[in-house]
Amino acid sequence: MIAELESIYRDESRHIFATLIRLLGDVELAEDALHEAFLSAAEQWPREGVPRNPRSWLISAGRFQAIDVMRRRGRYDAAAQRLARQTERSHEMSVDLEQTPDDDLRLIFLCCHPALALDAQVALTLREACGLTTEEIARAFVALPSAIAQRIVRAKNKIRDARIPYEVPGPQELPQRLHGVLHVIYLLFNEGYDASHGVTLVRADLCGEAIRLGRLLAGLLPDPETCGLVALMLFHHARRAARTDASGNLVLLDDQDRSMWDRTEIAEAEAFLQRAFASPCPGRYAYEAAIAQVHVSAQRAGETNWGRIVTLYDRLLGVEPSPVVELNRAVAIAMRDGTEAGLALIESIVARCDVEDYRFVHAARADLYRRLERWSEARAAYQQALSLTEQEAERRYLLDRLAQLE
Amino acid sequence: MKYACFIYGDDEPLPGDEQTKLREDSIAYHRELKRKGHLVALEALDDAETATTVRRRNGKLSMTDGPFAEIKEHLGGFFILKARDLNEAIRLAGDHPAARWDAIEVRPVRDIPKPE
Repeated sequence: MIAELESIYRDESRHIFATLIRLLGDVELAEDALHEAFLSAAEQWPREGVPRNPRSWLISAGRFQAIDVMRRRGRYDAAAQRLARQTERSHEMSVDLEQTPDDDLRLIFLCCHPALALDAQVALTLREACGLTTEEIARAFVALPSAIAQRIVRAKNKIRDARIPYEVPGPQELPQRLHGVLHVIYLLFNEGYDASHGVTLVRADLCGEAIRLGRLLAGLLPDPETCGLVALMLFHHARRAARTDASGNLVLLDDQDRSMWDRTEIAEAEAFLQRAFASPCPGRYAYEAAIAQVHVSAQRAGETNWGRIVTLYDRLLGVEPSPVVELNRAVAIAMRDGTEAGLALIESIVARCDVEDYRFVHAARADLYRRLERWSEARAAYQQALSLTEQEAERRYLLDRLAQLE
Repeated sequence: MKYACFIYGDDEPLPGDEQTKLREDSIAYHRELKRKGHLVALEALDDAETATTVRRRNGKLSMTDGPFAEIKEHLGGFFILKARDLNEAIRLAGDHPAARWDAIEVRPVRDIPKPE
């Protein structure tokens, strides 16, 4: 019974929570109600058996608990009393009691509301939409739990006090709001995948949560860019086992054991990629996913179709011009047209854009100098990259490269 | 629910006849806001250098010349609007012609007892 309850909690609690917020009009109240509902279940189900529709049962139980709480508060607060009566009345008429996919969307859009600071959106999404604990979030971001807790409380206060509505944005606002949600999901994924500081290269939890949210969103609100993002995350995630060796060292794409890539995830990614390119004007995530797809479809690193990758980077620059994309394109040019051509391009980007503090520039320059056997320039560039990274696996990789130059 | 919207801008003159256009557009916008029942109050403020900031400490009144905070942007005016929620308030404030040049801070108004 405990195992069953746990699995119901895992699968259902976020959906139930999303509906309770709508029914109760308050995040805090919904959180308590959810908690109470599962407590009641733990008490009653062993005696009476699991109800036929556990989700409805839990929503209803949570709602009654909350009405109780509101009543008790109502002795001191006329507004709460009114709210309790209202909630009860709509309950009797059983309007909108059912969990609907729109509730899940409302919750995601609430957590990613642009009136909240980006770091608050990220923390709130993990806490409320993914159900992670404050401690888990703090661990993932190498932050103090108290700091994360404060960030979440402040965001919830703003939602309540400034009255941020619990709704799916209308058609006019939807594209921009959806873009914001995708940005948060991608941040989560990258924080898990790249871990710009700290010792573990992949924080699997964050990646898993980002992909789960992406899949959910793609299912609820089919949009080519959402599909593009899910494809992109899956292509990267499929390679996770090959990205580090047994002692936790970074393994570059070229040197990865391709048999360790997760073929099931790659197949899923390809299906999402197809949906992303069903759009007449694919977006940045679609192109980035397409580039990742060219990489994973090569049997060996030497068989990578660099011409196709350059073309895709050109398209990507068309929808999302940025020095970072230009740099990636320059590396692809180096592979297609020769090291010198790529290096010249990188140096021109460095001269034109403010990318001196971007560690990837120096790592990329260093690799190209090394291939040209210009050792002292390679050494200087590796050292510059080293001074900019805070990430342990990457640091070890760069030190290793430097040692090889000696 | 009520939201106060504070308009902050610098004193840079607008190019060409944009200043005239902004004034005319603002008048039309305010009229529309009122017609739809959103407008609660509306004031424009004189230049920041005409401000005096007043404090009373230990019974003693002191004052300083100028606005409370010396920043590049000045509070140039404010309006209070009635909106269903923050999304509507943001939409309305974002449609203000001044939003194209200035920044508008949208703050929920707290409900306190007021004299009749």
